[in-house]
Amino acid sequence: MLKIENLHATVEGKQILNGLSLEIPAGEVHAIMGPNGSGKSTLSYVLAGREGYEVTEGSVSFNGQDLLAMEPEERAVAGMFLAFQAPVELPGVGNANFLRTALNAIRRARGEAEIDAMQFLKLARARMKVLNMPEDMLKRPVNVGFSGGEKKRNEMLQLALLAPGFAVLDETDSGLDIDALKMVADTVNSLRGPAFSALVITHYQRLLNHIVPDRVHVLSAGRIVKSGGPELAQELEAAGYAGVQAAA
Amino acid sequence: MPAVTETLETVQSVTDSGYKWGFETDIEMEFAPKGLNEDIVRFISRKKNEPAWLLEWRLKAFAIWQKMEEPRWAAVSFPPIDYQDSHYYAAPVQKAKPKSLDEVDPELLKTYAKLGIPLKEQAILAGVEGAGETPAEGRMPVAVDAVFDSVSVATSYKERLAKEGIIFCSISEAVQEHPELVRQYLGSVVPQGDNFYAALNSAVFTDGSFVYIPKGVRCPMELSTYFRINAKSTGQFERTLIIADEKSYVSYLEGCTAPMRDENQLHAAVVELVALDDATIKYSTVQNWYPGDSEGRGGIYNFVTKRGACRGARSKISWTQVETGSAITWKYPSCILQGDDSVGEFYSVAITNNRQQADTGTKMFHIGRNTRSTIVSKGISAGKGQNTYRGLVKISPKAHGARNFTQCDSLLIGDQCGAHTVPYIENRCMTAKVEHEATTSRIAEDQLFYCRQRGLNEEEAVGMIVNGFAREVLKELPMEFAVEAQKLLQISLEGSVG
Repeated sequence: MLKIENLHATVEGKQILNGLSLEIPAGEVHAIMGPNGSGKSTLSYVLAGREGYEVTEGSVSFNGQDLLAMEPEERAVAGMFLAFQAPVELPGVGNANFLRTALNAIRRARGEAEIDAMQFLKLARARMKVLNMPEDMLKRPVNVGFSGGEKKRNEMLQLALLAPGFAVLDETDSGLDIDALKMVADTVNSLRGPAFSALVITHYQRLLNHIVPDRVHVLSAGRIVKSGGPELAQELEAAGYAGVQAAA
Repeated sequence: MPAVTETLETVQSVTDSGYKWGFETDIEMEFAPKGLNEDIVRFISRKKNEPAWLLEWRLKAFAIWQKMEEPRWAAVSFPPIDYQDSHYYAAPVQKAKPKSLDEVDPELLKTYAKLGIPLKEQAILAGVEGAGETPAEGRMPVAVDAVFDSVSVATSYKERLAKEGIIFCSISEAVQEHPELVRQYLGSVVPQGDNFYAALNSAVFTDGSFVYIPKGVRCPMELSTYFRINAKSTGQFERTLIIADEKSYVSYLEGCTAPMRDENQLHAAVVELVALDDATIKYSTVQNWYPGDSEGRGGIYNFVTKRGACRGARSKISWTQVETGSAITWKYPSCILQGDDSVGEFYSVAITNNRQQADTGTKMFHIGRNTRSTIVSKGISAGKGQNTYRGLVKISPKAHGARNFTQCDSLLIGDQCGAHTVPYIENRCMTAKVEHEATTSRIAEDQLFYCRQRGLNEEEAVGMIVNGFAREVLKELPMEFAVEAQKLLQISLEGSVG
């Protein structure tokens, strides 16, 4: 599904990714852990195509397509979803309107009929019930006045509704209490299946108790220094990154 | 589907890029010779078969105008206008009343179709005998007055409105049928010598809409006027007069379009509103005159005087405007809050893209006690557009307990545009309270990226963010108009990013 080879990237002239290679087959959830400044967020922005994140070498293939040649919205409609570490506020833009516009952009790309406001509300309400979200979140402006936890919930609502083929969760667990953490895990787990893969970026092992990954990778200085099964996360929790870096 | 949504979609399908209302209708027209002098004023008055008092009124205005100078205090720039190089009267040639749509000049029908006026209204507007006055099924009727160049072509739903005692017709017709009302109120809010363009309009106005809502009547439908400049080298000078008698209510909408031309055309309208005790007038505008091309060639000079008088106690006048068109907009819809406890509101979204210039705002004159006013202005500048909010809040010594709240927000797209805020406050009353808030912001890169990451393309993303920015104003528009306005905001900004 996603194949990253020898990826090098710079931000403001500074080399952040240094030959990162990673393959995530369809149906698998991988986790990336690593200390601050190791390039975790840069990787998520490079995958989503954010301006200012310049790829200097390497390739990323997504379902056989050259991901790096695509515009951010082309990547999105092709199924690449990024759950933001700091979701952005859009004053005056209703959450329902924003979500429906996004959903319809994706449906158009898939050759599906667009859905109207009524159909959308029905769909959204059903998803929100499952995720235990208050309905008034749909009426509020996108992320405006949301608490940190609400913003993350809103990201998960978008993830659930847009049902992408691939999701990158960029430290979605940071700052969340245990209930919110479970909600994040439930959302991801509900999507798991042969046509869905995810890359869960996190500092801590605790999220991975709820989203059990198929593989865990350690990122350090812009490259993967160690890979293993879910038990690697526990090792890290015990020994810290220093131990892993020394071993690598 | 609401009529105006249909309007927009029809219009959008007509052409696929640039200004979508830029077509020209090839129709037999009658013109006055170019130029402006007393004879032209007399010619117009004669054409309209006006009573002597109105001709005198026009001539007085013309005399005043000749002594006046163009105002140049606004933050707009344009080459001198040759007022002698324009036609001051242009009208489609009138024929005998057609019996069916087949007999109507097909070009005129095509224009209505392109403007998106539904067929039923087209038949009524084209003056087809027995076209009836029941609306097409499944939507709210909107009574329409269509002003084509200098003359009002027709007004729909007149009979139905007449049952309630409501008068909705062209001002020319009102002069003939209801001269006492016109004489009493014409120029009572905007006198002939009010300003250069109002004086010009008073001398040469050719048509416009007239509305009278009798005591205690709530107008059962939206009243709407479509203004259309079609002919070359003509100015358009319409005059609208709306009177809401005691305890009445009316919501009035105006829409404007014009063909694409290289020349600049002058539009100098005057709108006067009068609200008596406990009356409410809601006046909404979606102004989409041709803005000129990306190099600033052509486009309409929209120099308009709009003012409402809240004469009665507890009366209310609310202006909502969405200004997306015109090369230059010079316009300050105002309220004179004379009656105690009267309320004035001004909600505005003005977009300038490419080389457009807008200097717009409002004036709120607080005269009565406990008068209240609210001003919400949203300026959006893109390309090389210049956008100025200019407003005056004036509180007289006797306006005890008067309150004003003003909020001016500017949004910048790109780095070659400009936004300016010029609020004047003159408060002469100790017990009055005036608040002013202003912000300037840019569309942030992270907002755009967030939208695009969810699948919206750049233009959809900008449209969404801009509509969010303008939401407080758009929600004041009647439903059908709000949909049109939202799409219009997006279309107006096409090509402003990337």
